[in-house]
Order: sequence, then structure tokens, then C-alpha cells
Amino acid sequence: MIKSKEMAQISLWRNFFDEAGDVSRFTGRFFSQWFRPRYEVGEFFHQCFVIGYKSLPLVGLTGFIMGLVLTIQLRPSMVDYGVESQLPAIVGIAIVREIGPVITALIFAGKIGSSIGAELGSMKVTEQIDAMEVSGTNPFKYLVVTRVLAATLTLPVLVILGDAIALYGSYLGVNIRGVTSFNLFWTQVFDNLSFSDVLPAFIKSYFFGFAVGVIGCYKGYNSSKGTEGVGRSANSAVVVSSVIIFVIDLLVVQVTDVLGIN
Amino acid sequence: MIAEIKQVANKDKTSSPAQVLLIHALYKSFGSNHVLIDFNLEVKEGESVVVLGKSGSGKSVLIKCIIGLLKPDKGRIEMFGENIPEINEDELDRIRARVGFLFQSNALYDSMTVRENLEFPLRRHWIKVSQGEINTMVLAALEDVGLAHTMDMMPAELSGGMRKRVALARTLILKPEIILYDEPTTGLDPITGKEIIELMMEIQEKYNTTSLIISHDMNCVKLASTRVVILADGRCYASDTYERLKQSKDPVVKHFFE
Repeated sequence: MIKSKEMAQISLWRNFFDEAGDVSRFTGRFFSQWFRPRYEVGEFFHQCFVIGYKSLPLVGLTGFIMGLVLTIQLRPSMVDYGVESQLPAIVGIAIVREIGPVITALIFAGKIGSSIGAELGSMKVTEQIDAMEVSGTNPFKYLVVTRVLAATLTLPVLVILGDAIALYGSYLGVNIRGVTSFNLFWTQVFDNLSFSDVLPAFIKSYFFGFAVGVIGCYKGYNSSKGTEGVGRSANSAVVVSSVIIFVIDLLVVQVTDVLGIN
Repeated sequence: MIAEIKQVANKDKTSSPAQVLLIHALYKSFGSNHVLIDFNLEVKEGESVVVLGKSGSGKSVLIKCIIGLLKPDKGRIEMFGENIPEINEDELDRIRARVGFLFQSNALYDSMTVRENLEFPLRRHWIKVSQGEINTMVLAALEDVGLAHTMDMMPAELSGGMRKRVALARTLILKPEIILYDEPTTGLDPITGKEIIELMMEIQEKYNTTSLIISHDMNCVKLASTRVVILADGRCYASDTYERLKQSKDPVVKHFFE
């Protein structure tokens, strides 16, 4: 009984390291191919449109609600401590440094990670990837490189826009129970933000986007077992990339702490 | 560009006029599963060879090795005089521009219209043609399969038989010298299956192409073959015309025709 438990644990760890090795090789393949011709410029811009532009309404909506709710929830505590006037500053720092990038990345993982995983997965099981290769196309470049680059480059832009919309939601939240002018709100937000708040948040957004792109593509590109495998690819793309987002977030906090830009 | 391809093809024809495909001592295994063992096959220009075998006998593996989607463990696959497993990606793309491949699942790109599906190989093989010429070629290919009206439809809007026809039109767009068919009638009802076989034969006659068909559909074998190759135990077990193989007393061969 104990032996079978141990065996199960060993098998679990072996699967984990096998998967980690495969993802590393997949990432290595991305880096070895992305700068080599033929450049899929048209497909890259198409993916920027699909991945970035089409995610904007969802990111905007969640950002707006996030800013509004955060402000409403924080107000009673701020009132208790007599620092209600600092509400825009506190919300601004929280959104720009942490909540904005992480929530936007999680929304992005849910929408784009699953979409890439399902799309490539279904292309794989219906031989569309093979058909591309037969048609004189390097499918890894056409499908993977373009999507990973688009995810990496569009997520930071979405984070900036999401933060701005969240802060606007916060401005409305502040004004539900008080009167703060638009100018005063934004002045308070920006006066309390420093370069060390914005830069790490901006940089980690690139890593989040890259992780979502790579994991989504990896899961889809290696999909198998028919339609069941497609569903599994989409699901695990979201789960794994969400976990990786938190791991990256933790690492960035540690690194910025060590570098003294916290 | 197509003219250039044809010129190269004609040059090849003068050096080796009859042979389009030669497979010699081909081996392919997946772990301990030995799928192809010393497989040999020769396909000559104008032939319509059907490779017949049971499910899981390695037919699809064979056709994917021929087009370079799978790398064999050992052996030669000579197409138009080039050994497919040894050539680089650019050379392989040049060979693939002369070969049509009809996938078992059709492999139409879901996110593209029928027109875009047909344009894709033209654009990807670096063939220099104007948009007007592309439109003409797409229309001609769709007319060949009787589906010109579906040009702006999405693959999801088409029936199984129509999708197979569109997939066939996509293989025709580059005017291939040899067409590889992977189970062309799988998933189709007998009537539609027969229509597809007839269409394949019409195309072969009209464009003077060579065909290599992978199938276990005896109707397809009977109607479309000029020669039948039986793949059994990873080897080319028998090779002859349909009628002669049908008369065979060999139990393995007989098993297919019962």
C-alpha cells in the first residue's frame, strides 16, 4: 500500500519534471525561431488585433468594476483611520503596482490562454497544422511565434489601459459618498506614484503575457486524443498560466526587493 | 513560378520519364511498435496506385513519410529524383509544391473562408502571381469540383462531401503532378464516397496526374486503382491489379476481397 503511494508520488513528480522539460524545450524553440526569416508580419499584426484589441472590452469592464469595488470596500477602513482623503493615492498604488497587472493577466489567461489552447488543439487534431506544413509554411512560426509575440507585446498595453479604466472606476467610487474633483483625484494618484511603482509592474506584464502565450501555444500544439484533448488543452492552458502568473509575480517582488526598487 | 515548376518537372521527365515515386527499404517504428518494415514501392507516371491495408497497418504513416511530415528511421523515399528524408526544408517545400495531399480529415482551415483556404498554398509557396490570377485559379479549382458558389463560405457551413471537394480543390490549385490521398472516402456515405472517387478519376484524367491512394474502402480500390498494393505486417505484401488480386488464393490477400 505504502509502496503504491510512493510510486504514485514519484510518477507525479516525474510527470511534472517531464512537462517542465517539454515546456522549456518549446520555449527554447520559440527563441531559436522567432528572429529567423521568414517573418510572419501579417499574421503577427492579425494576432495583435485578435489577442489585444478584442480583449480590450473585457479588460476594460473588469478594470472598471475592480477600481469601483476596491474604492467602495476601502472607504470604511480609511474613514475609521481618518485618512479618507488618501483614498485615491492608496487605490492608485494598489492598482498600478499589483492588482491591475495581476487581474488583467488572469483575465487575459482566461480569455486568450484558453482560446489559443483550444484553437491550436483543434488545428492539431484535425490535421490543419500538418496541412500548413504541406503548404510550405513553418507552422511553429506561423502559429506559435506570432501568438507568443502578440501576447507578450499586447498585455502591457492592456494593463496600462486596464489601470486607467480601473482608476476612472475608482474616481466614480470616491464620488459616490463624497465630492472630489476629477483633477484633484488624478493629482492625488500621480503625486503618490513613483517610477519604482510603475516600472516593475510594467516589466512583469511582459513576462505575464509571454507566459500566457507560451503555455497556451504549448498546450494546444501538443494536444492529442481528439476533441477531449482539445478541451483539456484549453483548460490546462488557463490553469497552468494562472499559476505561473502568481509565481512570476512572487519572483518579481523578490527581485525588486533585492534591487531596492520596492 | 508555376511555369518554372513545370519546366523543372519536364527536365526530370527526360532523365527518369516513368518513375514519380520510389520507396526503398523503408523502416518506421514508434517505440517497440514496428509500423513499416522494409517497405518497397514504385509509382510510375499516370498510375493510380491504391495502398490497401487494415486499420492501424501503417498506411497513414507511410503517406506522411512520403510527404515529409514524418521522418522514417531508415530507407529511401525518392520523389522527382530527390530523397525526401535527406533534403532540407527549402528543397522539401519545392517538392511539396509539385505534390497534392488530401488529408483524411480534409484539414480545411476553420478560420478562413473557402477562397482563403485555396489561396493559402499559392501564397505560401512563394508563387508569384497577381491577385487577378489567384482569383482565376481559385475559381477554376472550385469549378473543377463543382463548388464555385461556396467561395465565400466558411468550412463549417459545408457538408462532409462538400468539405472533401473543397479540400480536393485546394490540392489541385498548384496543378500537382502527383496527388496523395489519405482515406478519401472515410466518413462519407456510400453515394457521396462514390462521387468523390469519380471526381478523383476525372481530375486524374483532366490534369494527367499520378495518384497514390491510401484506403481500406473496397469500392474505392475497385474504381480508382490501376494497381493495388497490399500493406500487411509493415511490408508490401502483394502488388497487382484489382482483378488479379481478387482471384488470388493467398489467404492474406483473399481476406481483403471477401
